[in-house]
Amino acid sequence: MTTRSRAGLLFVAPALTLLAIFFLGPVVAALLLAATDFDVYTIADLRHLRLVGLDNFRRLLGDPRVQRAFANTLWFVVVAGPLSIGVSLAAALLLNATALRGRAVFRTIFFLPVVTTLVAVAVVWRYLYHPRHGLLNQLLGALGVSPIDWLGDPAWALPALALLAVWKNFGFNMLVFVAGLQAIPDRLYEAARLDGAGWWARFRHVTVPMLAPTFLFVGVITTIGYLQLFAEPYVMTQGGPADATLSVVLLMYEEGFRWWNLGYGSALAFVLLACIVVLSVAQLALQRRSLAIEAPAGGRP
Amino acid sequence: MRRALGAVAVHAVALAAATLTLLPLVWMVSASFMPAGEAGAVPLRLWPSAPTLEHYRALFARLDLGRHLAASAGLATATTLIALACNTLAGYAFAKLPFPGREAVFRGLLAALLVPGQVAMLPLFLLVRTLGLVDTFLGVLVPGMASVFGIFLVRQYARGIPDGILDAARVDGAGEGRVFLRVALPLCAPILITLAVFAFLGAWNDFIWPLVVLADERRYTLPVALANLVGEHVQDTELVMAGAVLTVAPVIVLFLALQRWYVAGITSGSLKE
Repeated sequence: MTTRSRAGLLFVAPALTLLAIFFLGPVVAALLLAATDFDVYTIADLRHLRLVGLDNFRRLLGDPRVQRAFANTLWFVVVAGPLSIGVSLAAALLLNATALRGRAVFRTIFFLPVVTTLVAVAVVWRYLYHPRHGLLNQLLGALGVSPIDWLGDPAWALPALALLAVWKNFGFNMLVFVAGLQAIPDRLYEAARLDGAGWWARFRHVTVPMLAPTFLFVGVITTIGYLQLFAEPYVMTQGGPADATLSVVLLMYEEGFRWWNLGYGSALAFVLLACIVVLSVAQLALQRRSLAIEAPAGGRP
Repeated sequence: MRRALGAVAVHAVALAAATLTLLPLVWMVSASFMPAGEAGAVPLRLWPSAPTLEHYRALFARLDLGRHLAASAGLATATTLIALACNTLAGYAFAKLPFPGREAVFRGLLAALLVPGQVAMLPLFLLVRTLGLVDTFLGVLVPGMASVFGIFLVRQYARGIPDGILDAARVDGAGEGRVFLRVALPLCAPILITLAVFAFLGAWNDFIWPLVVLADERRYTLPVALANLVGEHVQDTELVMAGAVLTVAPVIVLFLALQRWYVAGITSGSLKE
């Protein structure tokens, strides 16, 4: 072995050891745990541990709270996800507008919510959402809209959390879109303009196809992030009212750390992981296909 | 004429969007200085009638927030330093020091990027419990010490270092440790700042893991203490807002000071390959 490869192994050893012990190991253990009935009795005495095979997964299928949690989480991914990506793209286009002065200041302002502590801003939004003296209802009231019980009404609670999440996150994807927009060569826009393409046509036929790889990255990142929804419902609604904002990770947290059903909780964690992998791979495949349609062989600039 | 109108429209939209984005944060700061009860006034008050520091004083004097501030700052700093050391060494090796199985291991790490931390959380808690680290700061620290994303970030950057510079140092008789410390590390300075900001913000803002590991209220980090404060003082809007300001202000200041590197990290992470 050369000195260089010995040094290489030595250099990666600390990080890989830590990752193996505190990340890879626990992930594998979660799979094993999911096949056991590890619960509060097992914590007291390991001899209570029994292998139950796929029982936990079977129980998950019939558990109405699990179905509720998955429905809520998927709603978040499918509704709040595209909404947040749309807001991010709009903000990026705005920042990219040639006429805009003070670009750096606007960029910083739009990005600010991303770095804030979620718990702190969730606390702030809880007060903004207050049905009687919250800022939002008072503003809406000035426009003649009757008060909405944002966090207390099962129909509004999840959309309210989505609004907070979009506000908190859009700046991140916005930056990614800005980088993608800046990578588009100006000559493509010039060529389109010479062909008489208006603003919308240039956006539709130059910007969108050229941003395809960016959309993929942003889509996967956002999906994975929203599937892990936890702190918003934990701080603002505790999953209520009537489980309207119960998310998969919140349910896992409750099963695992409130009721100490670690076997059942791990099974839940694994279904979540499976969802993340399936959705990411599907998004990748979908994007590949639409790329092929947008740019038939040789047609890509 | 049309162009001028367009410019006005762009600025109007940008100003409106900036106002909406800042509104929750501005209200948070403003409400934290309002006399008790004023934040819930109808009609709405945007500014305090008589600005007061009483809530900040109460937080430090009565509710011992200084202790939680110290816990958060200490934990985030320690996480940052350890993560910097581990991830930089590993990232550099993955970029510049060929060793058997390197590419296979790296592909494995990339796949691990998809796996959310929550999947590991329940067994990780059992592990931390077995190690006797429940309700200790070390227990909070443990999962953040090395990160796949950090290794990835450093590797992408270190690949840009020309091999010739490293080889020149080797010819001069420098060992690999010295080549790394004296030649590679200074060249990696920008990405180290990026990594440090990511690690610090991540550790400071983390909620679920400190919530799980810490039991004794006196050891709570700021976000956990804040969530606790809301539970006990939900009626004291102004007091809670002061707590939120203290939780958010340090990360906002850090971001404003170092945003150039933070932004560079996000865009370099997304434009890979």
